[in-house]
Amino acid sequence: MNKPVTVDESLAREFGLTSEEYGRVLSIMGRTPSLTELGVFSVMWSEHCSYKSSRKWLRTLPTKAPWVIHGPGENAGVVDIGQGYAAIFKMESHNHPSFIEPYQGAATGVGGILRDVFTMGARPIANLNALRFGSPENPVTRRVIDGVVRGIGGYGNCVGVPTVGGEINFHPAYDGNPLVNAMTVGLARKDRIFLSAAAGVGNPVVYVGSRTGRDGIHGATMSSAEFDEDALSKRPTVQVGDPFIEKLLIEACLELMATDAIIAIQDMGAAGLTSSSVEMAGKGGVGIELDLDAVPQREPNMTAYEMMLSESQERMLMVLRPDRTDVARKIFEKWELDFAIIGHLTDTGHIVVKHKGQLEADIPLDPLAEQAPIYDRPATPPKAPAPLEGVHAPLSLDATLLKLVGSPDLASRAWVWNQYDSTVGGQTVRRPGAADAAIVKVEDTDIGLAITTDCTPRYCQADPKTGGAQAVAEAWRNLTATGARPLAVTDNLNFANPEKPEIMGQFVAAVEGMGKACSALDFPVVSGNVSLYNETRNPDGSTTAILPTPAIGALGVLDDVNKAVGLGMQPESDVVLIGETKGELGQTIWLREILGQEAGAPPPVDLAAEKCNGDFVRSAILDGTITACHDIADGGIMVAVAEMVMASGIGCELESPTSGIRPEAFWFGEDQARYLACVADGKALCARAQAAGVPARIIARSGGNDLILPSGVTISAARLKTAHEAFFPMLMGN
Amino acid sequence: MAIALKRVTGQAPRMIWHHETDLGDTDLVVLPGGFSYGDYLRCGAMAAHSPIMGAIKAFAQKGGHILGVCNGFQILTETGLLPGALLRNANLRFLSQDCYLKVEAENTPFTHKWKKGDVFRTPLAHGDGNYTADIATLERLEGEGLVAFRYADAKGNVQADDAISNPNGSINSIAGILSENKRICGMMPHPEDLVDPLMGGEDGLPLFQGLVEAVVR
Repeated sequence: MNKPVTVDESLAREFGLTSEEYGRVLSIMGRTPSLTELGVFSVMWSEHCSYKSSRKWLRTLPTKAPWVIHGPGENAGVVDIGQGYAAIFKMESHNHPSFIEPYQGAATGVGGILRDVFTMGARPIANLNALRFGSPENPVTRRVIDGVVRGIGGYGNCVGVPTVGGEINFHPAYDGNPLVNAMTVGLARKDRIFLSAAAGVGNPVVYVGSRTGRDGIHGATMSSAEFDEDALSKRPTVQVGDPFIEKLLIEACLELMATDAIIAIQDMGAAGLTSSSVEMAGKGGVGIELDLDAVPQREPNMTAYEMMLSESQERMLMVLRPDRTDVARKIFEKWELDFAIIGHLTDTGHIVVKHKGQLEADIPLDPLAEQAPIYDRPATPPKAPAPLEGVHAPLSLDATLLKLVGSPDLASRAWVWNQYDSTVGGQTVRRPGAADAAIVKVEDTDIGLAITTDCTPRYCQADPKTGGAQAVAEAWRNLTATGARPLAVTDNLNFANPEKPEIMGQFVAAVEGMGKACSALDFPVVSGNVSLYNETRNPDGSTTAILPTPAIGALGVLDDVNKAVGLGMQPESDVVLIGETKGELGQTIWLREILGQEAGAPPPVDLAAEKCNGDFVRSAILDGTITACHDIADGGIMVAVAEMVMASGIGCELESPTSGIRPEAFWFGEDQARYLACVADGKALCARAQAAGVPARIIARSGGNDLILPSGVTISAARLKTAHEAFFPMLMGN
Repeated sequence: MAIALKRVTGQAPRMIWHHETDLGDTDLVVLPGGFSYGDYLRCGAMAAHSPIMGAIKAFAQKGGHILGVCNGFQILTETGLLPGALLRNANLRFLSQDCYLKVEAENTPFTHKWKKGDVFRTPLAHGDGNYTADIATLERLEGEGLVAFRYADAKGNVQADDAISNPNGSINSIAGILSENKRICGMMPHPEDLVDPLMGGEDGLPLFQGLVEAVVR
């Protein structure tokens, strides 16, 4: 049973607070806190909940545009997509739990981000996942992939929300710390958005959903520390998901949201009942009193501390109009979910927690929020990478291409996607791999939403500022390549230990690069999540940090979804290369996979060229000139061409580059701001591009089923696909 | 499913709550896909015991038309309205992909828009779609022409031991079956997800057009 514990500085440190932070707790309380109070402070002031290392820099990001309805600060970002609709979206990490227990870690990551979105009144219509795994050679990687993919599918498929896209990278830096970043997009009427600020002294505080158990206690603190060799002993801090309850919760909440009963609503995510009650009351400037005896409980004899810190899944907290509690109760009873009035709002400005007649916590809310630590941590600016020199191509173009399309970062992801239901709901216009972004239709309208996730961690490692800008630019480009108008971004910033100046330096530089790109492209950040301490302590005392990974989730809109284009090569077309090619080989997939080097500077990001080229491409898609489009990213032009050929099975004949650039640099360089476009009349498009100041040239003519290289060597679409599709089944054993 | 039915009939289907016990006046009952009760005990097992199932069984006995897709098919086998069972997919993973179906039974309410041997594309999305039945049942299904659809390749070749054309490992590549009176059909793939060119094609439309004609007749 529960041993009596002494609350002191050493316990506070065990809970993840520093000595200085504990001193601050003592001064706010004017006494030694109770165990429950210490628990509340420790989770609210954890990195996960307080953003204490990142907040100063997050404030520098652009967050506003005329179409932004709610930016950061709410459960998710909200943008206007026209015809009275709003898209609500966010991406969030579940990295640490996904290493400890891959299935449940990933599953509850999906569940958590769904709740962030439907809390605001939106029906979730699409899920995406940005995943980073360790080296394919590491035996642990296979176990992690298997569990994560099963977990994402197990939760998302059951809930009935299509999983339509995402990305996967492999790198040894993720061996002990994979990244699982889950994104959800939801749809709401823009005049029916629900917020979390509580109001109305005396109004009831209502708990709905699953019962509270002992799972996930101190999860937020766990995810705010680096891993050591005992990581797997932390399994009890991982929560267990129940997607069927989530499905019921979505339906019940949306049914209740159609009434006028709800004043404020907040999901119970990290730090559970503590963060939801503190944030709702804090935002509303009121006090809150909770009676834990009324909390639906899964197991007997839970303490106040356990209930306040439990991260049991599928729970929501609401403030209701007192005259509507019966309406609400009936709806939740219909869906067979627990419904309990567990407290009320007060005018004290305190959170007061009672349990079995005892006062367990009484904390003033203002200082809990306002005196939360914010750190301006020392940051060492990253060193500029040395330029790449003297590389040469050891393999023929055809052998290089076949190797690249089968390499871990470029190989077909079909093995993964085929375990996710991508069509449930009947609104998926472009499934994974069919276009540069997933496209889902807004039912009963012609509006299409284009959605993507992007980041190139090896660029970020070499040059975090360029890498941060590139992640934003690539997301913008992927939306553009479908014909969509990019609207806004959600960011999921995954970094290592911010207490190390070189890591903090990566963070600061990446955010600076992101901010510049977001400003230049009119592409504000409307929601996000920061995941720090993604670092593993090795048995010899050294540490392995992940690559800096500022994953970008992005959303764009097509006013007429019928105008969207995919990436599959179209028959009898000219293939036009849009954007300038200098042959940037630094940090390319070619360099890594063919020469075994991770060296040089990543390709520079010219934001003016991005905007100019992208706006040109979009207009030519929307007027029907461009019939297929693919952005040029990892692997350069030739990999992009091969991907177009594999997507439709239609081949093409490539022309020789006449630019004076060495062939490997021309074909495999990863210069930014470039697209390949299929058009009936390539000359006409090039003339139009020239008039718009956009570099463009015809590089191929489509037809047949083969990719014909400039040397005359022929590779059939089928042979490309065989090379492309082998990696995942070989790795995973089926 | 509701979207597909509305597309074909011009009107939204009436949704029935699982606690109801009366179907009201209807020509057609559709059991759609979707993890009823979380599929926690066994796919479709708990839904087979939900209060509305009594009325559905009575509807079947009166010769009513019933279509069960995916979880709906699983529910129909769990209630005994269709024979056999759906096991875990042969590769033990959830599968979400396009497949090709070969039409096996002509002149049924579900297939009369096609000819025997026609092949059409349709998405599938399930973890437990591996159809099986005892030998006597199989012989009866095959002998009486009660196999509605089989998994095949794009050219219509059926090969039960080929994991590409028969992705979930179903016995005799069976993708959909009929009741003895051919008025109940259960199938694992989702023809309702391919009824709109915008979503990639209309290959699934003939099933719904034919079904509506059959029940109105």
